[in-house]
Amino acid sequence: MNLYDIIFYFFAVVTVGSAMVVVFSKKIVYSAFALLFTFFGVAGIYVLLNADFLAITQLLVYVGGILVLILFGVMLTTNTVTIDIKSGTMNLIPATIVIALLAGMLGGIFWTSDWFMSKQFGDIVHTTTTTEIGNALITTHVLPFEIASVVLLVAVVGAAMMARRERNN
Amino acid sequence: MIPQLTIALAILFIPLVSFVILIFFGKRFAEKSGLIGTAFLGADLLLSVYLFFSKMFSEDKVWDFTFTWIDLHTVINSIPLKLDIGIMVDNLTAVMLVVVTLISFLVHLFSLEYMKGDVRYSRYYANLGIFTFSMLGIVVTNNYLLMYVFWELVGLSSYLLIGHWYEKKSAADAGKKAFIVNRVGDLGFFIGIMIVWVQFSTLTFSGIFSAIGGGNIPFGSTNWLTAAGLLIFCGAIGKSAQFPLHVWLPDAMEGPTPVSALIHAATMVAAGVYLVARTFPMLTADALLVIAYFGAVTAFIAATIAIVQNDIKKILAYSTVSQLGYMVMGLGVGAYTAGVMHLVTHAAFKAGLFLASGSVIHAMHHALHHQGDHHTDAQDIRFMGGLKSKMPITFWTILIFTLAISGVPFTSGFLSKDEILAGTLAFSHFNGHTIIPIIGFFVAGLTAFYMFRMLIVAFMGEHQNKERIAHIHESPRVMTVPLMVLAALSFFFFFSLNPLSASHGWFFEKMTYPTVAVPATVAATPTEEFVEEIHHQHNLAMILSVGIAGLGILLAFTTYFWKKISADAFEKALKPVHTFLYRKWYFDELYDATFVAATMGIAKILAWFDGAIVDGIVNGAGHVTKFIAVVSGKFDSIVVDGLVNFTAFTAGISGRLLRTVQTGKIQTYIIFAIAGMMALMMFYIG
Amino acid sequence: MTITLTHFLMISAVLFSLGLFAVITRRNAIMVLMGIELILNSANINFLAFSRYSGMNIEGQMAAIFVIILAAAEAAIALAIVLNIYKRFNTVNVDEISILKD
Repeated sequence: MNLYDIIFYFFAVVTVGSAMVVVFSKKIVYSAFALLFTFFGVAGIYVLLNADFLAITQLLVYVGGILVLILFGVMLTTNTVTIDIKSGTMNLIPATIVIALLAGMLGGIFWTSDWFMSKQFGDIVHTTTTTEIGNALITTHVLPFEIASVVLLVAVVGAAMMARRERNN
Repeated sequence: MIPQLTIALAILFIPLVSFVILIFFGKRFAEKSGLIGTAFLGADLLLSVYLFFSKMFSEDKVWDFTFTWIDLHTVINSIPLKLDIGIMVDNLTAVMLVVVTLISFLVHLFSLEYMKGDVRYSRYYANLGIFTFSMLGIVVTNNYLLMYVFWELVGLSSYLLIGHWYEKKSAADAGKKAFIVNRVGDLGFFIGIMIVWVQFSTLTFSGIFSAIGGGNIPFGSTNWLTAAGLLIFCGAIGKSAQFPLHVWLPDAMEGPTPVSALIHAATMVAAGVYLVARTFPMLTADALLVIAYFGAVTAFIAATIAIVQNDIKKILAYSTVSQLGYMVMGLGVGAYTAGVMHLVTHAAFKAGLFLASGSVIHAMHHALHHQGDHHTDAQDIRFMGGLKSKMPITFWTILIFTLAISGVPFTSGFLSKDEILAGTLAFSHFNGHTIIPIIGFFVAGLTAFYMFRMLIVAFMGEHQNKERIAHIHESPRVMTVPLMVLAALSFFFFFSLNPLSASHGWFFEKMTYPTVAVPATVAATPTEEFVEEIHHQHNLAMILSVGIAGLGILLAFTTYFWKKISADAFEKALKPVHTFLYRKWYFDELYDATFVAATMGIAKILAWFDGAIVDGIVNGAGHVTKFIAVVSGKFDSIVVDGLVNFTAFTAGISGRLLRTVQTGKIQTYIIFAIAGMMALMMFYIG
Repeated sequence: MTITLTHFLMISAVLFSLGLFAVITRRNAIMVLMGIELILNSANINFLAFSRYSGMNIEGQMAAIFVIILAAAEAAIALAIVLNIYKRFNTVNVDEISILKD
């Protein structure tokens, strides 16, 4: 077991463990904070996958942005901090069955498939990908990039529009 | 980067700092925001003057600082994607910096009193800040990319300033008009930049000119070079209000008067002329000829309109358009230095004229307000008259400005206008386009006539209303000092020690012709020959221009002062001509009838198409469906009912069973969706 | 045993299942949102893993970037909707908001 493996298992445990806390916790605030560790673990996995820029983006956008938004949502909408797990959930039994089946199926497919693997995998030099991503964003991917900017603008305007207090009543 | 360029950067950013402070904290400063803005601009002016002198006493041709902003090597089609940007200061830039900051500073100072008590006082000063910043940006940048960015910023900030009193519909409309009309020209400018970029892969002026000088011609044809030059000139047509895009400038008089002085005398409209001057080395002879004609036509049209206007600001607006035409014509005929010099001298006396008119309007407003008269137009010169004794400082300064714009000797305007006219004569000598000097001299006469008409009607003679004249007072010192400064600058000795010729003054010595980059086969007359010819034509031009200006002035005095000729009788006799001119050659109506109407027409056609055809198809489909429904309904009720009743029974049972599934809870649906998806996956994969 | 592509895919499968479980079972709309974020993260892990093991192809990272962008937009819009729902119904439990049923 080399260092790479140890780090991988560490992040795997952090990610999966905290994701379980997110899903099964009784208190929604706990869930929100556990989500922080999930995002962090996922960012670690990104680093292992040679995606340094994505990892930093993950931290900035998810932890810095989305998580804060979710926390605000929790604080603005929840009267009581604790939710009874019974009354807070529904469809427990059918959901468990379906999800168990689905997980088994996904795992089976992932396990048994013969994935395409690059021949020169071992030769890959571990360099930063930021330059490549930057080049791709303004050359081959410039159209999706511009569309994404429009989407974000629309999202900002739309969110502000919806969350705005109505003046007339 | 050499220290002088650091100063240039400071000059550029000081107005931006003023803008940022005033836009965010303007409410807190309230009355003090004007003083803050003025202080910033004062510092800016001092730095500009310092930079100006250090450039003038320096031996260097140009101070340039360029750095690579984006470098992507060669990604697409082996065109190197490398953008160099930077700043530069040469003699032209140094002069323009002083002009812009000086006029901007005086306008700031003047507005302290003029805009006092305005509802958006701090906003006004903030907008002045960003406007000055954008204009300075155009001047100091060394590439077309940044220039285009600042070009659009000027468009935006002029929109903000013109529409300052946006409660008034005419002001809001004028702002929009200025912005949209400018966009038309900017489109051409942008395409021109693209042509240049595709061929030369650089947008810095020096890079482009050295590439052309090295024999690199767009797509191997000099026609493309002409096209690129003319498309870039399109930007100047928009910003400098040249025919046929001049319609925005007179409307822009809806803005506060000091704003008119800033935008329409020294900065925004000068940007177009500056652009032509910057682009000068890459203009071919054909392009220059077209530019000269555009300038001449503009000068002529605007001067004829100015004769019949009664609104003092409208007269000044059209005289501005006319003088801009003069400058463009000057550059077009190849008299580079003369065109730039007229830009500088015109900036001083036109800003003075606008500020003086502001002073008059201010006084008139005050008097009318005192009388409780809200109907009389404070800007109409026919309601003025006899203000000379009441507003002596304003009168004497405005007299100096009027003499300067009319081209009377011993003024700065005489020097520059004379050089342009000599240039047009030299131009016609070389290629026989005699119509250009004819228009030039004719417009010089018209200018003298309408400017003195304004002066005489507004300031001399008797005021009709005794009560009103009693309430008119000279404006306070803070408004008259800028006028006096500008009046001083309208004398010859700032530009040349010889009152009759500028060609040996410092301006001509420092502002030398740029090296023409275009191939000799398509270039205009070589500079040396041209300058030589100008010297030959100079005396003739001087005598003719003084004579014609004198004639114009004389005519104005006989008509409006001694009243030997009845202006009304003329007006009646030439009614159609007068109306034609008064309605500004029907340009607005023409554009309304063509472009605006066409746009609206297309919109209406589309609406009709939507309403008639698309809806028709939809409705038709509806009718067909309805018809079929009726038929099958009959069929149903007779034949199928028996079956249906049975089916209904079955459906009722199963419905009761399935109803429990339709919970309205989305999560239940998701479970079913997943289960279904898994079943499909099993089916296909397993 | 060294880490292979399958290991990453397994983590992603687990995250996906957990996210979907949260989406299906939790009543609170914000919990549902968190589940969606988990699902998106698992998809991203897949993208990056495939990108890495197919010879460092940048396309997978590009897709992941756009996923993150859309996730940000989605979170903003969804929370705005949640706040609106809360203002109107005074609850954020998704099963109580079923007026479309009637």
